[in-house]
Amino acid sequence: MSFVGLTRDEEQRMLREIGVASFEELLAAIPKQVLLERPPDLPGPLTEIELRRLLGRWSAENHAQDAVSFQGGGIYDHWIPAAVDALAGRSEFVTAYTPYQAEVAQGTLTAIFEFQSLIAELTGCDVANASMYDGATAMVEGALLARAQTGRKRVVVAGLVHPHYVGVLRTYLDDANVTQVADAAGLAAPADVTAALGPDVACVIYQQPNFFGLLEDPAALNGAAHGAGALAVAVCDPIALALIEPPGRAAADGSRGADLVVGEAQSLGNPMSFGGPLLGFFAAHQSLLRRMPGRLAAETVDKQGRRGFVLTLQTREQHIRREKATSNICTNQGLMALRATIHMGLLGREGMREVAELCVQKSHYAAELARRIPGYRLAHATPFFREFVLECPVEARGVVEAGLEFGVRPGINLGRFRPAWKDLLLVAVTEQRNAEEIARWAAALEKAGGAR
Amino acid sequence: MSIERRLLIEQGGAGHRGPELPACDVPTRPLAELLPGVKLRGELRFPQVSEPEVVRHFIELSTLNHHVDRGFYPLGSCTMKYNPKINDELSGLPGFAKAHPLAGDAATQGCLRVMAAVQRVLADVTGFDAVTTQPAAGAHGELTGLLLIRAWHRSRGEGEKRRKVIVPDSAHGTNPASVSLCGWETVVIPSGEHATVSLEALDKVLDGSTAAVMLTVPNTLGLFEPQVLEVTRRAHAAGAQVYLDGANLNALVGLVRPGDLGFDVMHINVHKTFSTPHGGGGPGAGPVAVKEHLVPFLPAPVAVTRKDGSIRLDWERPQSIGRVHSFNGNFGILVRALAYILTLGPAGLRGVSRAAILNANYLMRRLARTYELPHPDPCMHEFVLSGRGLKKYGVKTLDVAKRLLDFGVHAPTVYFPLIVEEALMIEPTETETFDRLDHFASALEKIAAEARENPDILHEAPHDTPVSRLDEGRAARELKLRWGVP
Repeated sequence: MSFVGLTRDEEQRMLREIGVASFEELLAAIPKQVLLERPPDLPGPLTEIELRRLLGRWSAENHAQDAVSFQGGGIYDHWIPAAVDALAGRSEFVTAYTPYQAEVAQGTLTAIFEFQSLIAELTGCDVANASMYDGATAMVEGALLARAQTGRKRVVVAGLVHPHYVGVLRTYLDDANVTQVADAAGLAAPADVTAALGPDVACVIYQQPNFFGLLEDPAALNGAAHGAGALAVAVCDPIALALIEPPGRAAADGSRGADLVVGEAQSLGNPMSFGGPLLGFFAAHQSLLRRMPGRLAAETVDKQGRRGFVLTLQTREQHIRREKATSNICTNQGLMALRATIHMGLLGREGMREVAELCVQKSHYAAELARRIPGYRLAHATPFFREFVLECPVEARGVVEAGLEFGVRPGINLGRFRPAWKDLLLVAVTEQRNAEEIARWAAALEKAGGAR
Repeated sequence: MSIERRLLIEQGGAGHRGPELPACDVPTRPLAELLPGVKLRGELRFPQVSEPEVVRHFIELSTLNHHVDRGFYPLGSCTMKYNPKINDELSGLPGFAKAHPLAGDAATQGCLRVMAAVQRVLADVTGFDAVTTQPAAGAHGELTGLLLIRAWHRSRGEGEKRRKVIVPDSAHGTNPASVSLCGWETVVIPSGEHATVSLEALDKVLDGSTAAVMLTVPNTLGLFEPQVLEVTRRAHAAGAQVYLDGANLNALVGLVRPGDLGFDVMHINVHKTFSTPHGGGGPGAGPVAVKEHLVPFLPAPVAVTRKDGSIRLDWERPQSIGRVHSFNGNFGILVRALAYILTLGPAGLRGVSRAAILNANYLMRRLARTYELPHPDPCMHEFVLSGRGLKKYGVKTLDVAKRLLDFGVHAPTVYFPLIVEEALMIEPTETETFDRLDHFASALEKIAAEARENPDILHEAPHDTPVSRLDEGRAARELKLRWGVP
């Protein structure tokens, strides 16, 4: 199979028009010794029928489609309305390039503008960009912005920020520039954070809700950061932001909110897809606009005065500013941002809040059920949003395995992150779970616990 | 058409809503009891619109886009080829779409099979020893590659000494931007008279402080670097590593393996060479391929096949640079790339570069009769024209680009590479037909005639697009980056 547009005859005609006797003449600049005599040894070719069979078989090996998910840890099984796939799957969106020729890209540009508007509203920030790769790199870009803005090098990570995100931060910044302040009973400890601050600290990063699903006190953490002349970077869950006070907003007493609100928006209309493609979002206070990474769409008018949208402030970006660019990002997660825009548009003002409330109700109901199963204990006593940590009577790995028999994935074995967490199960309950599924999940827990 | 197109926030209103959620079927308690002390937000000022109207809104937006499935898209360095539909279908299979990245190896063998297969086929196509699939895009891959090089220098005690990266003046902007992100300094070398790397210029700056040389092959003018073997040899002799920007791999696939050219590391833009859709700006994927000596530094985890054929993620990589992505990279995109490679097979892949090169050379020769061709050697998959001949009519390359939109084709990349005045960078790709190329060439020829006879039609262009030329200056002055809530 090939998607090549030329026939053999046309190739010959082309060679004549080009003025060469053979295709090989066009390759004169390539050293002979590196030209392959035959193509690399690869599998294929396969027809559609064969490909469907092969990848269909592989995909079925995941047993993902028939397992009810209580897994979270940064990736969630939220409802995706049918219209999201129907609209975002259109060729007009899928097969378009970056909107550099704005007059024939108003569809993409308008959607980016709407995405920016929705994210800014959700985060309580002034401006948002067109997307980043994922939550981890959005957080790192936040740290880099803070370093550029303050001229300081060190970054303080407060409490339970997703270990993978911290891992990516360490990759980008070098270990010496990252200080992690341990949690106290699952929450960031503002006093310990303050003690870790100094004149070399560019920002304080915290997660809301944090990696264990617990709700932090953003005002205290923002205040600690600002008191030391550092920026506050909040890594947030967009579903939670539909319900809780967004950390980007100034407090009632006038004290500044988080300067940057970033995070992972997979849960807005994007499938889990083994953790990618994801959707990083990046929102900021107005004063940081010119240091922002990535693309920005702005409103303007055409020659007839009609409203239209273009990419703007491109002098921040790598294709103009090169080594002085605010970031090296070029390709982003545009189609995921479109899905999120459609998703937020469909759910709207009421639906977004209802999803968030259902997450709170159902996760608390499940936690209450689990607490009554002998041997299980809630690891923390403070408020959580959609996700909580259970201390299990056996290794969490065993509970995960027991779930298979009940058709559920009971949660994430936290032992994979730290050996000391081997008995901890991280459980997420979204609006998609119903009473029957939660009961099955509890039965799996019971069985796993009893097998001790 | 006098009524302005409305944004979502300007439609609907109180009482309108989209699809409903089920009633809560578990016992509920007041939020204040469940979340004591947590400050809840006031109203979320989101749109209130019915599902049919949301659907109409986005369908209307979709009609305003140019896209590959509608027409020619000759953006240089972007490889806007046809995106096979079967690839989208396969990546959306429920077994893939609903797989959770933390479910554990035993529960995700299907995904791990894809990862292992992608690692293998990409290594085979490029002639490298190993591949990481974590980077989410080309620039992300560039940074990853540079971090691998840095780790290698550090492992040899030369981390502090080597902080300079040599980049030709024809390079993509992401190259120097990635160098800065790595904490290194970019040294730009001017191209030689044939617009390829000048060994003389290279020798002037190549020394013991050089960490890496970054090249794009073919370069952004579509020219194969005739001295590439000498460049990689001299770089290695100076103790430096050589990075390949894989943006132009479509010219080489099945024909030349970059690993055979002496490169140590490269990234692969699967959204270019391997047909995954561009999605209006992303997502792409930027896997990085390395030679043996860089393997220990690859980001963890890597998919490894066990003796029994099962696959596991290997996290025990003590020399690894660490993670670069939240999870395993843009997995759904990698499924598409794998499906494409399997569909084509070895001969099919070789046909890709062959037709891409033929199409570009044909178009280049035909258009050289009308536009200036600063570098007349045979090109690879793309070529660069100059619009400077039209300046005497008061016409800029930007005007030519905008006028092309009226002909139902997208404009080429313009004003890049920076070393060609009034540049028009054209990459037709292999999936275009002879008559499409002729139609495009006729349009550019007609535009050149218009420039002579009626330049105003170019200055005012585009005429037949959903909006006319947009005021970018005003956008940057007013900086209206979000809607006002009515």
